[in-house]
Amino acid sequence: MTQWFNRRSLGAGIKACALQVSMFVITILGLLLVTFVIGRVVPVDPVLVIVGDRATAEVYARVHAELGLDKPVYQQFLIYLYKVMQGDFGTSVLSSQSVARDIAAFFPATIELAVTGTLIGVLLGVPLGVMSAVRKDSLLDQVVRVVALVGYSIPIFWLGLVGLLVFYVKLDWVAGVGRIDAVYEYIIERETGFVLLDAMLHGQWDIFRNFLSHLALPGALLGYMSMAYIIRMTRSFMLEQLVQEYVVTARVKGLSEWRIVMHAFRNVLAQLITVIALSFAYLLEGAVLTETVFAWPGLGLYITNSLFAADMNAVLAGTTVIGVCFVLLNALADALGRFFDPRTRSVRT
Amino acid sequence: MKSWLLADSPASRLQANLGQLYLLLRGFFRSPLAVIGFGIVCALLLCAAFAPWLATHDPYQQALTHRLLPPGAEHWFGTDHLGRDIWSRVIYGSRMTLLIIVMVAAIVGPLGLAIGIVAGYVGGWVDRVLMRITDIFLAFPRLVLALAFTSVLQPSVESAIIAIAVTSWPAYARLARAETLMYRGSDFIQAIELQGASRLRVLAGHITPLCLSSVIVRLTLDMAGVILIAAGLGFLGLGAPPPQAEWGAMIADGRNYLIDSWWVATIPGLAICIVSLGFNILGDGMRDVLDPKTR
Repeated sequence: MTQWFNRRSLGAGIKACALQVSMFVITILGLLLVTFVIGRVVPVDPVLVIVGDRATAEVYARVHAELGLDKPVYQQFLIYLYKVMQGDFGTSVLSSQSVARDIAAFFPATIELAVTGTLIGVLLGVPLGVMSAVRKDSLLDQVVRVVALVGYSIPIFWLGLVGLLVFYVKLDWVAGVGRIDAVYEYIIERETGFVLLDAMLHGQWDIFRNFLSHLALPGALLGYMSMAYIIRMTRSFMLEQLVQEYVVTARVKGLSEWRIVMHAFRNVLAQLITVIALSFAYLLEGAVLTETVFAWPGLGLYITNSLFAADMNAVLAGTTVIGVCFVLLNALADALGRFFDPRTRSVRT
Repeated sequence: MKSWLLADSPASRLQANLGQLYLLLRGFFRSPLAVIGFGIVCALLLCAAFAPWLATHDPYQQALTHRLLPPGAEHWFGTDHLGRDIWSRVIYGSRMTLLIIVMVAAIVGPLGLAIGIVAGYVGGWVDRVLMRITDIFLAFPRLVLALAFTSVLQPSVESAIIAIAVTSWPAYARLARAETLMYRGSDFIQAIELQGASRLRVLAGHITPLCLSSVIVRLTLDMAGVILIAAGLGFLGLGAPPPQAEWGAMIADGRNYLIDSWWVATIPGLAICIVSLGFNILGDGMRDVLDPKTR
């Protein structure tokens, strides 16, 4: 009996897993289809970008054929897919390097920002959200709620400018725009692409400190955005749990407030992990505006700079990379939620 | 009047509906935050409607001898790098903001609602296909996709609206589908179906009105996000082309003069904050009143 039961649940598990994976693949294909379509309808002629407007008709036709533009559209899409799978996004007009190399150089900076933001958001947001729910309607709760409310009502690029004005120009507490001071750009030993790691590996502690001083402001800003979201979700999850019957039972049994809160917290953990994964995904894209304000050489800055240079290969590749990360994190959030919360496992979507 | 509104056994449908509305409004105006939100949104509407009367100067009139003046009696919020009056530009900018959010809401609300209720009510493969498409769009990063879209469509207000709408509808489809599934199996819908009502009639006449309130609450809450994305696009130079007064673009203008003339970038930013805060608290207040779970 148990054997039969186990086998059945294993089968169901494999089926659910297969469904998830196929869903993921379909979503990625959809994303690539959208970027492909954007690339095709864009009012920039990809051939002219390469050959220039003084090329002869012959050269034009040759490049046109080289880019595969003479083939039917569905074949072009398949070729596009094939190339993307191999990490070939074409050549950037702006840097005349392969776009994949550009992205590899720019991506670590974005990760640095998003990780810092998420760390700050989780470390501050979760405790504040829990306390705010436990002491509902107290002064603390009111203050925390207003702080969170302002956090998701404020334009981050504006807050960045005001932050630069106050903390860099007036108070001189932090370093200004950029990732490290220009003097260090040529000294730093590049290995992993992450400044913090590289500086530590090679013992360049002045670069380490300089980087932290540059990171403080944009990191704190993204942290605030992430914190606002995490506080809001944690608070509402906890409020939902604190009125459940098991909490009443625990109270009647005379458990301490702390134990009760820990009981309730255990039950929101699964939802919370989903929220944290999602907030990381939002930060990856929220970094676009922050990077522009702080001239932080990440993917967001790369995309916007390429956009104004009509460098469509670079724009679409950047969009695809952020999109794939976003989809991955969504799927990861889903899977983690399932793993930590048995209640959601039987729910079929 | 009050006793007529709150009668236990209303004599007509009108009386019952008005009584319901009265209760909702009373609940809504009891919360001070919701009233503030309501006030801010009303102020935005009034600013947009009466912009020519509220503005003290022509928002497009350049006066290079008066550039970068600090806030004062003549120019309440100072002037920008072309000598334009910032107060007047902020007032006129409210029209742009309102245009964007109204258009996005007008596209996204009905579209999401239609897709969601059809998927939920018809079910089967229609549901599966529609929801897969929704999931694909839901998994996209909003701002980055909006960036890519505006790059194709040439920077303008219209393309900003389309880009935001394309990335916003899935949430509404999900919401409307979930609501529809909740009502689909209920007795009153089956009773209507047994009476021979067509599918269209059930959908348009009975399910849609039930889903409306949650979609409207969601729209209100979302407007804050739409304002922020629109301002972000404007800031990056992908919104309304100059010299149009748009808050995000005004911040971008002030960026280069931040150190000496803080007001150029700060004031339009404050306007964005206030309006987006207003929509957030108005939405929270409406949810508290309309959501049957918390009522």
